[in-house]
Amino acid sequence: MKATILKIAVAAGLMAGVASGAMAQQKNVTIGVSIPAATHGWTGGVVYHAQETAKMLEKAYPGLKVVVKTSPDGASQANAIDDLTSQKVDALVVLPFNSDELTNPMREVKKRGTFVTIVDRGLKDPSIQDIYVAGNNPEFGRVAGKYFVDNLKQGNVVVFRGIPTVIDEERVTNFEKALEGSGVKVIDKQYANWNRDDAFKVMQDYLAKHPKIDAVWASDDDMALGVMEAIRQAKREDIKFVLGGAGMKDMIKKVMDGDKMIPADVSYPPSMIGTALGVTAAHFYTGAPMRGTYTLNAQLITKDNAKEHYFPNSPF
Amino acid sequence: MTETVLRTGTEKRRFNVDMRALSPFIALIVLIIAGALINPDFLTASNLLNVVTRSAFIAIIAVGATFVIAGGGLDLSVGSMAALTAGVMILTLNNLGGGDVGTLALGMLAAIALSAACGLANGLIVTFGRIEPFIVTLGTMGIFRSLVIWLAAGGTITMRNFDLRELYRPVYFDSILGVPIPIIAFMVVAAIGALILYRTSFGRHVVALGSNEDVARYSGVPIWRVRTLTYIIQGICVGIAVLVYVPRLGSATPTTGLLWELQAITAVVIGGTALKGGIGRVWGTVVGAVILELVANIMVLSNFVSEFLVGAVQGAIIIIAMLVQRSVHRGR
Repeated sequence: MKATILKIAVAAGLMAGVASGAMAQQKNVTIGVSIPAATHGWTGGVVYHAQETAKMLEKAYPGLKVVVKTSPDGASQANAIDDLTSQKVDALVVLPFNSDELTNPMREVKKRGTFVTIVDRGLKDPSIQDIYVAGNNPEFGRVAGKYFVDNLKQGNVVVFRGIPTVIDEERVTNFEKALEGSGVKVIDKQYANWNRDDAFKVMQDYLAKHPKIDAVWASDDDMALGVMEAIRQAKREDIKFVLGGAGMKDMIKKVMDGDKMIPADVSYPPSMIGTALGVTAAHFYTGAPMRGTYTLNAQLITKDNAKEHYFPNSPF
Repeated sequence: MTETVLRTGTEKRRFNVDMRALSPFIALIVLIIAGALINPDFLTASNLLNVVTRSAFIAIIAVGATFVIAGGGLDLSVGSMAALTAGVMILTLNNLGGGDVGTLALGMLAAIALSAACGLANGLIVTFGRIEPFIVTLGTMGIFRSLVIWLAAGGTITMRNFDLRELYRPVYFDSILGVPIPIIAFMVVAAIGALILYRTSFGRHVVALGSNEDVARYSGVPIWRVRTLTYIIQGICVGIAVLVYVPRLGSATPTTGLLWELQAITAVVIGGTALKGGIGRVWGTVVGAVILELVANIMVLSNFVSEFLVGAVQGAIIIIAMLVQRSVHRGR
């Protein structure tokens, strides 16, 4: 996934380089970026990739300025967006905490003529956004479900849910839909808040409750790590594998190394913020049409393609 | 009813006090019976040991919180403090680099020193700044949390040395004579806590301070010193909890210790310590922490509560447990 972003950015960068070289003229553009603060592994990855891509793009397009602002919650994000627009940004790239809350503030931003790019969580009124880069949560659940159908074929699966949100709901419903008609059965579902410690506890309880578990859908890499520790403690041999999700570097490493318990992972890349930034910058510098919706695939990461998902320098 | 007891004297009143101290244990027994009825797997030794082991962090932290709260204070920063201490401890271990017992001891020392210093900071700001502890520790809660997020750059701080990780891991997962080490740790902490609170003049000063600060001052209790010390004890307890927490997953994340402060305070109150200060019950606190973890465990083991309603049922059980306790010492 990151590779594609790099390609977009580099390609766009080359074009810009050629263009600016030819005309020897600088175009000044400021892009504001509003993202959640790094309070969880995945958002930590978002912050990292936003800053890295910002640096790269500023180098590629002379005259481009990218201002990155992080906010700890939805209300402060609305304030941050006010601050950014008062700095006269030409475009605003936003990964909203909660798309419902931000729909109205973003409508105001749009009215001022600012170019609007939304990432991951779409606004209630899609006419506001010029570009929408969407992570694909239903697909995330489907890909995971399909993996269980293909590889487990038959057996009992326990499921870990994240925090009660639309994201979580879309993932889990589509996971279960993908299992329909197969021999794979979900025997238990609980919330573990995308948190390692909570997942550890819930897994201990699952192990006490169910004498035979064939596989675990942890649905998130942080939770998968807690699950693994609980399985190791219980010394249970019945569990064939644990499937996480998101693409944390520690887990990708395990997939790369051929860990028996972690044969695969499902991507939900925090680097999608980079895709959004690249496309937004290209809108100003290349003249090629960029408006539209970009849906990123939730990819199944296996030993064969793990390398292109591995970023040892990212905090996530 | 209690008025008429005046003359029949001390014997009955003492019995009254004993019932109050006992009531968390009665609530615990009721919960265990309920759990056994809901799912027979609940009563297996491995499940019960898991649950009590898991409650160790909150129990140890809550023993410290018993001192702070009995002394009329409050500490909201313990969860963030635990995360920061865990993060710094792992970073220290990674930087020292060795895989031997000496490295581990240094890391542990760093953890206790840092958490005691955090407690000292809380205590000094509360006493010398004369600011409400709620506000002070709400502030430090944000500071500690941000610091760990900053240290982790939003990601995860993980123990890098594999040998060290394996050397340290048994501290959470092994047992001595069938009792998991975390359980031994919190029993020892609780025993020492009970000794200090009930058998030393400092302990009596804490309770005096919590029940009436002015009276305590006129009676010659060194208020500032006592109050600051309660926060230091809280800090040290957080440090000890971290020593047991780190070997479990070998990592600290920005979500480590989230909402532990609320769990610790809840455990203290379930245990019979008055939230307004003046009464402290260390053993009750420990039972309170176990009750909290048991309720969560029963929720997962039950088959009839939808995962959407777990929080509601959990809240209801805690309230009912408190009502049972109340009725026990009222209707005696």
